[in-house]
Amino acid sequence: MRLTCPICGERDRREFYYQGEAVMLERPAPDAGDAAWDAYLHLRDNAAGETQDLWCHEAGCGSWIKVTRNTVTHKVLKTELVAK
Amino acid sequence: MVELIAKTPCDGLLPISLGAVTLTEVETGPITSISSLKGQKKAVSDALKAAYGTAFPAPSRTTAKDTARLIWSGRGQALMLGVAPQIKGAAVTDQSDAWCCVELAGAGVDDVLSRVTPIDTRAMKRGHTARTLVQHVSVVLTRTGKDRFEVMAMRSMATTLLHDLERAMSGVAARG
Repeated sequence: MRLTCPICGERDRREFYYQGEAVMLERPAPDAGDAAWDAYLHLRDNAAGETQDLWCHEAGCGSWIKVTRNTVTHKVLKTELVAK
Repeated sequence: MVELIAKTPCDGLLPISLGAVTLTEVETGPITSISSLKGQKKAVSDALKAAYGTAFPAPSRTTAKDTARLIWSGRGQALMLGVAPQIKGAAVTDQSDAWCCVELAGAGVDDVLSRVTPIDTRAMKRGHTARTLVQHVSVVLTRTGKDRFEVMAMRSMATTLLHDLERAMSGVAARG
């Protein structure tokens, strides 16, 4: 598997650390309630198909990258920097 | 006061010569990491250019003038080798004794590196650099000539780095 780092270019999967679904970027408000926080912390869809997840280019530039990929076809559709 | 004996990271381990490739230690001089503060990117680059003749390098690139060298080393970060910079508007950290730096030189150097790193070093031109891996060791890999690379790794990983490079060198040498 190869991922395109927006800074370094296309790199081998070995250089990246996988964090999990990109829902971690949408943190609920502190007063959003137990259900919202429970979903944010514990519930994941585990979808077959298009997913968005977070990867860290830890052996490269150190950037966090949001990767859109298809878990059925293994196609990587899009990569973008998390940092603005 | 106790007089400590300064040793380089690869003291007693190098040079190694196998086949056409040699591995030697590089004395870099002071090493400083420079990371510009928010909104100071251009000001820091201009200040570096004015003081040392070296602008802040673009990703995967290096800049150099006389003894001063700047090597890109991560998002918004570069390592300055050779001189200890005095600049404002950036987070500046002395890392002089934190790195080991070795030079891999000779015909077939790309063959050696292709055994241990996941990137295509043949696509790198002189002055290009990459943050990547040598086996499991995180490195700064810079092409300094046609058959010449510099590999920098954290000092604590020096022995591992040399072991991995030596294995690759002996593998390539055995092929003749």
